[in-house]
Amino acid sequence: MDTILEDREAHSTVTINYFDGNTRDVVILDSEVPYPDGKLIVSRTDKAGIITHCNQSFIDMSGYSEEELIGQPHCILRHPDMPKAAFKDLWDTLQSGKKWHGYVKNLRKDGSYYWVYATAIPNIRNNEIVGYTSVRRKPSRKQINKCIELYNNMILEEQE
Amino acid sequence: MSYVMSVSPDFSPDHIAGWYIFNTYLQRQLDLPIHLELYNSFDEQRAAIANNEIDLIFANPYDASMLIREKGFTALAAPQDSSDEAIIATLAESHINQIEDLGEGTRIATTDDPDVNMMGMIMLEPADLNRENTNTSIVDSYPLVAKQLLNKQADIGFFLEESYDSLSNFVKEQLKILIHSQIYVIRHVMLASEKLQEKHHLIKEVLLNMKNDEKGPGVLNSLGISGWENQEHEDAEFMIDLMETLVD
Repeated sequence: MDTILEDREAHSTVTINYFDGNTRDVVILDSEVPYPDGKLIVSRTDKAGIITHCNQSFIDMSGYSEEELIGQPHCILRHPDMPKAAFKDLWDTLQSGKKWHGYVKNLRKDGSYYWVYATAIPNIRNNEIVGYTSVRRKPSRKQINKCIELYNNMILEEQE
Repeated sequence: MSYVMSVSPDFSPDHIAGWYIFNTYLQRQLDLPIHLELYNSFDEQRAAIANNEIDLIFANPYDASMLIREKGFTALAAPQDSSDEAIIATLAESHINQIEDLGEGTRIATTDDPDVNMMGMIMLEPADLNRENTNTSIVDSYPLVAKQLLNKQADIGFFLEESYDSLSNFVKEQLKILIHSQIYVIRHVMLASEKLQEKHHLIKEVLLNMKNDEKGPGVLNSLGISGWENQEHEDAEFMIDLMETLVD
């Protein structure tokens, strides 16, 4: 799902316009929540990217309740600092039946953020993709720092 | 015709007798001849699996993927309220207090337990450590992993939580835990082969009823588990998908 960002200022409200016509106002806080040691964040979606399952770590880190998450599109976690191209790559890779890895800055309900190293795979049953599983683990700070620079450059290119 | 049951070689030595007791119980309940074959290493057990010598197996989650997707096994049940968790420990006196304190060249002591090794390496990722920039020595048991730490032949050791807990207090007092996984969804499962297809339902019924059977609780106790819970095909598929996200 593509997003068009109208404003990327920290500590502000940002309107995210989705390609299907929906919009969403999100509050962005420049505050990182550290990834908990030893835990995995797990979620599953259907083919359309709607959340069908999430574990307790997902609930804790996202700041939403399970009831608020189930049935929502996975992009509820999308942070405006993530370039569109990263998600295009994710969906292109998954829809071709392959595994995707990447570093992702996720948005919490309260506007703060957390970094993850994410892996997503298509769930294949009887040779058909029936949904997707994503598992996030603690990333290295060195890799995060590389991605901050990379993603900033990608976003600047997308805005040109 | 006799069937063969096996147990993932990472089971605790404290439960060897328990698996023999369980096998006797199962044979009586099912009225089936079952021989229990235990292996010292994962390689030996995998060779037996490749030769289709095993019909019933309490499988490590790492091997469960291969058994279900490549060998046609079916998941019947999993231990209740129990998951496989890993611990990374170091010497209590070490200057290392968190994973991020570790650097390239870190010496790791571990066993050949595949899911503990996988979880251990994942927990080292925040320090940018991987197989290429660390040195791993594989030993035969978790007490030997501890011994490598005590002898300062390794900087950190990977342990299955249950095995770490069963180390003597004398040893544990000389070690400290750096990190403890809390993954919850990776667990051993009881799988049955296609050869036992007609008995799958019956075996599952026996396992799920063990808690309520007169002799069942004692047998469960000897295995160190509180009971069995049902595993549907999709439960196993979900765990396999999860494992796939974790294996490079």
